Amino acid sequence: MAIAVRLSAVSKKFGSFAANNKVSLSVEEGTIHAIVGENGAGKSTLTKMIYGMHLPTSGELSIKEQTVRFTSPREAIKAGIGMVHQHFMLIPKLSVAENVILGHEETGLFRRLPLERAKTVIRKDAEAYGLTVDPDALVASLSIGEQQRVEILKLLFRHAEIMIFDEPTAVLTPCETERLFITLRALRDTGKSIILITHKLDEVLAVADTVSVMRKGEIVGTMPGSSVTKEELARMMVGRSVLSSVTNPAATPGEILLAINNLSYRTTRGELKVQNLSLKVRAGEIYGIAGVEGNGQSELLQTLWGLAPEGTIISGTAVLKGVSIISKRPDEIALMGISCIPEDRLRHAVITEYTVSENLLFGRHRERSFHRGIGFNAPAIKRYAEEMIANYDIRCSSPGNQSLGSLSGGNQQKVVLAREMNRPGISLLILAQPTRGVDIGAIETIHNKIIEARHSGMAILLVSSELEEIIALSTRIGCIYKGAIRHEFSQEEVELKREAEHEFQKEIGLHIT
Amino acid sequence: MHAKQLRLFIPLLSFLSALTVSSVIMVLAERDPLMIFGKMFHATFGSSYGTGQMVFRMTTLLLVGLAAAIPFQVRLFNIGAEGQLLMGAFAAAMTGAMLPANMPSFLAIPLCLFSAMAAGAGWALLAGTLKVQFGVNEVIATIMLNFIAQGITGYLLTYHFALPSTVHTTPIATAAAIPTFDKVMGWFANAPANLSTLPAIGLTFLLWIMLFRSRFGYEMRAAGLQPDAARYGGINAGVQTLTAMGIGGAAAGLGAANIVLGYKHYYEAGMSDGIGFTGIAVALLAGAHPLWIILSALFFGFLEYGGLTVNTWIPKDIFMIIEALTIILVISFTALGKRFS
Repeated sequence: MAIAVRLSAVSKKFGSFAANNKVSLSVEEGTIHAIVGENGAGKSTLTKMIYGMHLPTSGELSIKEQTVRFTSPREAIKAGIGMVHQHFMLIPKLSVAENVILGHEETGLFRRLPLERAKTVIRKDAEAYGLTVDPDALVASLSIGEQQRVEILKLLFRHAEIMIFDEPTAVLTPCETERLFITLRALRDTGKSIILITHKLDEVLAVADTVSVMRKGEIVGTMPGSSVTKEELARMMVGRSVLSSVTNPAATPGEILLAINNLSYRTTRGELKVQNLSLKVRAGEIYGIAGVEGNGQSELLQTLWGLAPEGTIISGTAVLKGVSIISKRPDEIALMGISCIPEDRLRHAVITEYTVSENLLFGRHRERSFHRGIGFNAPAIKRYAEEMIANYDIRCSSPGNQSLGSLSGGNQQKVVLAREMNRPGISLLILAQPTRGVDIGAIETIHNKIIEARHSGMAILLVSSELEEIIALSTRIGCIYKGAIRHEFSQEEVELKREAEHEFQKEIGLHIT
Repeated sequence: MHAKQLRLFIPLLSFLSALTVSSVIMVLAERDPLMIFGKMFHATFGSSYGTGQMVFRMTTLLLVGLAAAIPFQVRLFNIGAEGQLLMGAFAAAMTGAMLPANMPSFLAIPLCLFSAMAAGAGWALLAGTLKVQFGVNEVIATIMLNFIAQGITGYLLTYHFALPSTVHTTPIATAAAIPTFDKVMGWFANAPANLSTLPAIGLTFLLWIMLFRSRFGYEMRAAGLQPDAARYGGINAGVQTLTAMGIGGAAAGLGAANIVLGYKHYYEAGMSDGIGFTGIAVALLAGAHPLWIILSALFFGFLEYGGLTVNTWIPKDIFMIIEALTIILVISFTALGKRFS
C-alpha cells in the first residue's frame, strides 16, 4: 500500500532538549494511525512538524513519497494536510459556512463570497461522513461536538487527504466520541489517511488500524491495532528501561501521618475527577501512586496543596496528624509541615528569572532565619544556599547571580528538592513526577535523597507515571484509575515482587487500565 | 550580551539615536542643532536658576515615574498617574488652606503630604480594586479615572473653591509651604526647586531596597513574573496588585505636593500639564528600575525645561518628538536585544 506520510530519522531540538529524537514513522494511505504517549512524550512536536509549524532539526519528511520541507502550515495545507487542533480555530461570531470557507474563499477581494456553493459542498460532505450541522448556524451557538464537526468540514472543503487529530476526544462526551469514530472510519474508507494523537487507550483500540507508542521523544514501537492489548500499550507508555538502580533497604513505617478518606473532586464543569479516594501514609514510608496520567493525580495534588480552582466541589477528608488540609491556602499548608514538589516544576515551583539562591528561598521566604531588619539576611541566605548546593550536588557557578532558568532540568529539580526537603518541621513530603525531564545522572542523586528522607521519618507520597520509579522507591503502591485507588500492594507484596520487576510491571499495568 | 549590559546599553543607544534623528529634524527646519543643544546646556546645567528649574521638574517626574514603575513590577500598566496627581494636588491644596494659621510647620507639612499621598493612593486603589474584584483592565480603568479626576477637580475648583476672578484656590497656610533650596541653602537662585527633592530621592532608594532586598519586593516581583508559581508559594496576587497600585498612587500624590506645597502654594487649573503621562515615559526609559528612574527623570527634566529655554529658535514640540522617539526606540531595541541574545 502507498505511504501517505513518511518520517525518516527526524529530530527536533529545542536548545539542548530533544523533543523528538530520530523518529521514523510511516503512515499508510487509507488507514487510521494512532500515536499514543504520555504528556511530554513528543507527540505534539511530531504533528507540528508534519503540519509545518516546526521545521525538523534533522531528518527527512516526505508526503506521498515526495520529500518536503514545510516552513509554514500554509505549505502543508497546500500539500493536502489538515489538522483539527485540540483548541478549535473557529470564529464564534461567523456562521458555519463562513468559517468553512475562511482562508479558502476562491474569489476576488471585493467579490461576493461563494456562500451558496460552499453550503452545497458542506451539505454533501455532512451527509457522506455523518457530520450533521446547519451551515447557516452561528458557530457560537454550537455544542463542542458540533464545532469539531465544523473543523472536519473545513478540512474536507480544502480537500485535505491527510488529517491530523490532536486529542480529539478530550473535549467530547462519550456519545459524541462514538459519533466521531463513525466519521473517522467513514473518512478512512474513502481513502483519507488519519493521524490520531491520544493518550486514551480504549479509543486507540476502538478505531486505530496501526498504533505507534512514543516515549521521551522516541517511537518505542509500532504495531497493528488488532494485535495489541491495553496492558501492553500502558506498559510501553510508562515503562522506562534505563533507570539507576537505587538501593532501597526495608522500611520500618511508624504511625499514620496523612489520612485521606473518601475524597472526591468535582470540577466547575461538573466532571468527577477524584471519586471516593482513600489512602493512608505512615511516617517513614513512601506511598507510591501508580497510574496513567489524567486519572485524577493532578486533582489530588491540587487538593493537597490548596490550589483547587474556585468553584471546585471537594468532599471527604484529608488530615495530617489530626489537622485538616482541605480548603487551606498553600502557605498555611506549608506551615503544617508539608512540602510539595509539583508536577510542572517550571510553572509552579520556581521563578525562572530569579537567581538560584532566591529560588532556594521560594515558598520559604517568610522564615524568620532568612530575615534581618526590613530586608533579607544576605549572609544567612548565602550560607544556607552553599550548604544546599553542596548537599544536593547542584551544579551551578554562582548561585547569587545565575538565574535558575540557566540550569539543566536535573539541577533545577535538585534546587526544588533541597528547598522542600529541608523545610523546618516537615513531616509529609508530596512528590509529583520527581524525575521528569531530569537527566540520568541527576536521577540517582534525587532517588537517594528521597530514600534518605524516608529514613529520617518523613511520610512521602510519591506520584509518578514512571512505573520503574514507583517500584524502585515505594514501600507500598496504590494503583489509581478513574480517580480512585483501585488496588493496593502491601509492603510485603512490594518487597517480594520487586525482585521480578518485569512481571510486577505487568501486574500493575492490569490495575491501571 | 548579558542582561545587565543590555540594560545600560539600550537606553544609551536609544538616546543617541533619538538625538541623531532630532538633529536631522532641526537641520530640516534650517536650524543648527549644535547651537541649539549648546544653548540648552548653557541654560540648564550652565546656570544656577536653570539647574533649579530642572531639579524641580525632575522631582515630580521621579515621583510620577515611580507611580508607573511600582505597579509595573506586578505587570500592571498604571496610566493613571495624571489623575492620581490631580487628586493629590487638590487634597494637598485643600488641607493646606484649611489649616489654622498658627500651626507649626513640622505638623502642617506632614499633614498636607499625608493627604496628598492618601488621595493619590485612594484614586489608584480604585483602579486596583476594579482589577482584583471584577477583572477590569487596569489600563482602561486608570485612563477613565484620569477623566473623572479632571472632572471632579475642575468642577470643585470652578464652582466651589476658586477665588473670585481667578482659576486657583485660596493659598495654603505659610507653615504648610515646603521651603525652596534658595531660601534654606542659597542654591538655585529664585528657582522653584524645593526640599521635596530630598525625600523624593530618599523614597526612591527605599523602594529600591524594598524591591530587591526584602520579602516585600521578592513577593511582589514573583507575583508579576509567574503568577501561577506565586500562588503555589502562598503569595496572594490580589494583595500584591493592591499594594503596588497603592504605592504608585501615593508616589504620584507626593509628586503633586512638590508642585503645590513647594512652588505654587495653591491648586490651579491646568497646573499638571500632563506631567503624569510623562511619568510613564520616565519609567519605561528606566526599565521600571527605581535607581535608573532618577537618571531618566533628570533627562526628561532637562528636555522639558531646556526645550522651553530655546523656544525662540525652535518650537518646544521638537523636544516632545525626542522624548517620544527615545521611548519607542528603547522598546524596539529591547525587543531586538531579546531576539538576538
